[in-house]
Amino acid sequence: MSDKASGGLSEQRIILEIRHLSKTFSTDTGGEVVALSDMDLTAREGEFICILGPSGCGKTTLLRIIGGLEKATSGEVQLEGQVIDGPSPYMAMIFQEYSLYPWRTVIDNVAFGLEVRGIPRNDRYRIARQYLALIGLTGFEESRTYELSGGMRQRVAVARALAIEPRVLLMDEPFGALDAQTRNRMQFELLHIWEKTRKTVIFVTHSVDEAVFLADRIVVLTRRPGRIKEIVEVSETRPRERTAQAFIAIRRHVLDLISEESTPPSKV
Amino acid sequence: MGGMRRPIAIILPLLILIGWEVAAIVINNEFFLPKLESVITVILHPTADVFGSGSLIEHAGFSIERVVLGFIIGAVIAVPLGVGMGRSHRFEEFFDTTIQIFRPIPPIAWLPLSLAWFKIGITSILFIIFIGAFFPILLNTIDAVKGVKRTWIEVAATLGTNERQLLSKVILPGAAPTIWTGLRVGFGIAWMTVVAAEMLPGTSHGLGYMILYSYNFGQIQYIIAGMIVIGIIGIGFDFLFKEIENKRFSWRSLER
Ligand SMILES: Nc1ncnc2c1ncn2[C@@H]1O[C@H](COP(=O)(O)OP(=O)(O)OP(=O)(O)O)[C@@H](O)[C@H]1O
Ligand SMILES: [Mg+2]
Repeated sequence: MSDKASGGLSEQRIILEIRHLSKTFSTDTGGEVVALSDMDLTAREGEFICILGPSGCGKTTLLRIIGGLEKATSGEVQLEGQVIDGPSPYMAMIFQEYSLYPWRTVIDNVAFGLEVRGIPRNDRYRIARQYLALIGLTGFEESRTYELSGGMRQRVAVARALAIEPRVLLMDEPFGALDAQTRNRMQFELLHIWEKTRKTVIFVTHSVDEAVFLADRIVVLTRRPGRIKEIVEVSETRPRERTAQAFIAIRRHVLDLISEESTPPSKV
Repeated sequence: MGGMRRPIAIILPLLILIGWEVAAIVINNEFFLPKLESVITVILHPTADVFGSGSLIEHAGFSIERVVLGFIIGAVIAVPLGVGMGRSHRFEEFFDTTIQIFRPIPPIAWLPLSLAWFKIGITSILFIIFIGAFFPILLNTIDAVKGVKRTWIEVAATLGTNERQLLSKVILPGAAPTIWTGLRVGFGIAWMTVVAAEMLPGTSHGLGYMILYSYNFGQIQYIIAGMIVIGIIGIGFDFLFKEIENKRFSWRSLER
């Protein structure tokens, strides 16, 4: 966990800043669920951050607040100094569940964000084709989304998000539903795209292995209410070798952090 | 659809036809049960005048015109209202009680009131066809709009849609298949309503009128022929709706 690769990164400017963020849901039965508690985090331009934590600890909630889909109870999120209070054109979100529009062809899905910005058909198709090429789905322009495999659909969702040229890409367990092989390939392709486009990525995952493979920094959250337990820097050069000593060492460390969170604490 | 062609599916209809013909021959009374061929003759001569009331095809034309008009009025009001109620909780609360009160009243029960208000003529019939089509379209539209996946809406929001684009590019296309189902059901009910309404006071045309008129003359073959035509037209429209559904909204059944 040396600092040699991230040395350059820490000189990048801060793009996203999360300050004292808390979220409390009130349930139908009148109870309250504290999903996030006093969270602070900053992301630098071009950084790949993975958010890791036990189920129900508030990862999706965090991502939805950053994306402007949910209001924080207290605290705030700033994108380049601007407080977020609704979806921002500089951020795009990729959801875990199937989110493509089945009544649209693949290319019309990818071009959706451009279409609502009023970009003429020819231009938006040209741009959409570039992103289809980037995700390796050239030739599927006119396919229907239900004809695609799960992995292909998530790639289309990635292309759709990238097509609006966001600064920040928010991804909520995008590969969670895929089999191990497809998942590994998608991680590889995502890194490839990330290296080409240099977006800031906030990537939520359950998988320690995925986080260590992808992230510059892994933000490990505690059990609900989610707080930051530890931020683990991963400075190994990419593509990372899963069987390398350093990879295994980081993985072990993160696994230890996670398992501390999965043993139930004594009831207070 | 394909099941219709399987031999087992046509056994019972054939038996009924044979039973009918045998019974008609045995009874030998055209004023009670006409022979199959008498009915077929009526259907095969759709332009022949029915005792001075007009031809079968004219009557069918009147009924179809009425149902289409009443249905369109119903759809034009029910779909936007349903979209509004599906989108806005306050809007729904405002209308819901009223709708629950009126919904259980059968369309035909509106006829006397309709006659009192609109007098004898097309308006009073259109009014009750409208009532018949309105509720199934409205209720399906509300369901359809509420059933649009939240993720679809949120994706659109993160990609920068405004309210109008959200409606036209996400809500309406996403809800369209279920709205279409509502239109199909609504049309079916409108068709039943128009035939029933034409049998009540105040009409002088239409298939409903024709079969009641034929009853007054004891012309059973015209009654049965009229019933068959009513059924065929109903099936025809339903088939049309289904064909369009299969072509345009196939994604609903294909989506996994
Ligand atoms: N709209 C809501 N109303 C009430 N409670 C909610 C709501 N959304 C989330 N919660 C609660 O907040 C907590 C955090 O949920 P969240 O979905 O953020 O967890 P997560 O870390 O993404 O979990 P997972 O890994 O299983 O996806 C959970 O206890 C959840 O039940
Ligand atoms: Mg989640």
